Amino acid sequence: MSRLIVSARINGEARELLVDERDSLLDALRERAGLTGTKEGCNNGNCGACSVLLDGRLVNSCLVMAAEVEGSDVTTVEGLELGPQQLHPLQSAFLEEAALQCGICTPGFLVSAKALLDTNPDPTEHEVRFWLAGNLCRCTGYDKIIRAVMGAAETMRNTASSSEGA
Amino acid sequence: MLLCAAGETNLQALKYARASSIDEAIELLREGGPAARVLAGGTDVIVAARERRLDVDLFVDVKHVPETAELSFDATDGLTVGAALPCYRIYGDDDVRTHYPALVEAISVIGGTVVQGRASLGGNLCNSSPAADSIPAMIVLDASANIVGPSGERSVPVDEFCTGPGQNVLGAGEFVISIQFPAPSSASGAAWQRFTPRNEMDIAVANAATSLQFVGGAVASARIAIGAVGPRPLLVEPAAAALAGGPLTVDSIAAAAAASRAAATPIDDMRGSIKQRRHLAGLLTERTIRDAAARAGVTAPEAPGTSEVRR
Repeated sequence: MSRLIVSARINGEARELLVDERDSLLDALRERAGLTGTKEGCNNGNCGACSVLLDGRLVNSCLVMAAEVEGSDVTTVEGLELGPQQLHPLQSAFLEEAALQCGICTPGFLVSAKALLDTNPDPTEHEVRFWLAGNLCRCTGYDKIIRAVMGAAETMRNTASSSEGA
Repeated sequence: MLLCAAGETNLQALKYARASSIDEAIELLREGGPAARVLAGGTDVIVAARERRLDVDLFVDVKHVPETAELSFDATDGLTVGAALPCYRIYGDDDVRTHYPALVEAISVIGGTVVQGRASLGGNLCNSSPAADSIPAMIVLDASANIVGPSGERSVPVDEFCTGPGQNVLGAGEFVISIQFPAPSSASGAAWQRFTPRNEMDIAVANAATSLQFVGGAVASARIAIGAVGPRPLLVEPAAAALAGGPLTVDSIAAAAAASRAAATPIDDMRGSIKQRRHLAGLLTERTIRDAAARAGVTAPEAPGTSEVRR
């Protein structure tokens, strides 16, 4: 087994991780960084449970080698909350809409939805469904997830416009 | 880990090396030998290595080689797309959207949004799947792969690149550095379509692309390609010949579709039957001819009672 040190910003914090050279980013986050919010589902790019942002862009962390992220910026579900005890509007909306049952897919959905709203603050339902096509949920039937994302988008737009007006 | 013992789903023992220049990548691949593989977006090669479908002991990451991340358009010289550039960067480019809509159609449905954050045009080409979404589009747009390797540079037309399922013309130590597209001429248009049960996160049952160039209302030249209906994406010259030299007519479009059906040599598998795929090769040929013509500003004639659902 050969090991190497990877330096990256993870959720805004500079981290140095001692990784196995064959670790995926998913392995490194869970096993080396202790960030177990990111889940392993299929490990082949179909389910999206491992979705993270790499330099701001949505990727499957199971399809990224840990060694590749040297010098990069990684955001996981643990990096979504706005402050201590202050959930991201998407997280609040998922709770309000009960947009989860078993919860394994939820971190991936949250990160993926954040990536959507970062680029498109006012998506149509079609755009939300299309964007989230790479995130699989076997419990909810998706409707509650879509409602939560649409609701969070509205909340965030209202917050943005009221702070502009202030 | 919950689902497996530690190491069970890990990749085979391998090394990772980041190349920062073409020469460095060539040297790493030469030293690494046949089990050294180029890593771009990784959406195919990491999965293949993990599932032991591919013997890999070294990933040579070429994303930091500047030429693989290039994206430039010039109205005379055309478009250069770095081989490792992820799909979202390509379809997010205004010049690509304006001048190469057929390419945008193809790469907007590779996997889903999350896959498009990493998957590259070079990777889709070198993976050489018969069902690759981007390859028929590249073929009709007359694209060439710029290849580098230990014996220098060469350029291979995309329609000659794939030689069979997962197989291509790349020799030992060679890799694709960029894809070159000629500039679109005036009164021309191209389009790409596929058939899948789902709109996204799916693999083509069949796909097709057409490019047309008109002079004075007549088809001056045409290129038609079909995918997932044979061992490799195929340029169908008889289909193009059925259109060239005259205006588009109901009969010429039907003859082109028939030529695509005749050229298709599909297999039966879980995605579709031979009969369905052959039908789709014709249908998607017809539809992409109509779309390509519309983009060139020409309305293709419709058979009475509409053409598309009659068979």
